[in-house]
Amino acid sequence: MWAWLHRLGSPKRFYGWSGTLARWAGWGSLLLGAAGLYYALFASPADYQQGESVRIMYVHVPAAWLSMFIYMNIAFASLTSLVWRIKVADMVAAASAPIGAWFTFLALATGSLWGKPMWGTWWIWDARLTSELILLFLYLGYIGLLAAIEERETAARAAAVLALVGVVNIPIIHYSVEWWSTLHQGATVTKLDKPSIDWTMLRPLLLMAFSATLFYVAVALRLARAELLRREADSQWVRALVDGHQGGGER
Amino acid sequence: MGDFLHMGGYAPYVWLSYLLGLAVVLVNLWLPWRAEREVWRQLRRRRSYEEQMNESETP
Repeated sequence: MWAWLHRLGSPKRFYGWSGTLARWAGWGSLLLGAAGLYYALFASPADYQQGESVRIMYVHVPAAWLSMFIYMNIAFASLTSLVWRIKVADMVAAASAPIGAWFTFLALATGSLWGKPMWGTWWIWDARLTSELILLFLYLGYIGLLAAIEERETAARAAAVLALVGVVNIPIIHYSVEWWSTLHQGATVTKLDKPSIDWTMLRPLLLMAFSATLFYVAVALRLARAELLRREADSQWVRALVDGHQGGGER
Repeated sequence: MGDFLHMGGYAPYVWLSYLLGLAVVLVNLWLPWRAEREVWRQLRRRRSYEEQMNESETP
């Protein structure tokens, strides 16, 4: 099992399978996203309280989901890199950070655009919003730390420790709507019994969330592959790859 | 169509949200595209440099 994992994590192997996976994830994301957008904008009802503004949810919730999912991925990859010294884990973590930061920004911005007509304010310093803003700062700190330290191994280790410490923020974000009184509504999808959201709204929400997740997988893998080529430029397999591409296209 | 664009009076909020979503997606498509272009440029430059070195070594 561990030997198998290490082989999959070897740079050359990783380069091979990640390319295929990125392509499939990209096409899957496009298909699910197209279906999701159709249901989100055309084939789902307006909310009985929020009217048409509820359609913001189909952008906001997948973005917020992704902001936390990507962070957990970075933390998991960081742990893998610290404990098992698998090189590509570092690259996956580093590649994930800008994507996570962008989707955290999107969650905050769309939340603001939803909050104005529904709550009457763009922003409020309550637990959910504040902890999500801290998540954005964690991403930026992680990216900054990686960029600030010259020596690559030290940078990766420092950033990995920061990522792991920051994990404490994730349950705070998730449970903030239960622990503190807030304007933000409670969970409707991840409740243990039954989701309290109607299927006509849950369908576009799930499609968009899966599409966003696959989008992240595709983008992160492509970024990690580019970084891998850069670091392994002297290795035999990258040289062979470049020779194979002479005269050909970029990829 | 007018009704659809109107979004029950929430048009600016709804459409700006979707526009921002689109913008974030586009940025995240551009990031790997740029990274790939950059790294391949480096690899090819290095390769042609090595070839020149080899040619100048063999008389």
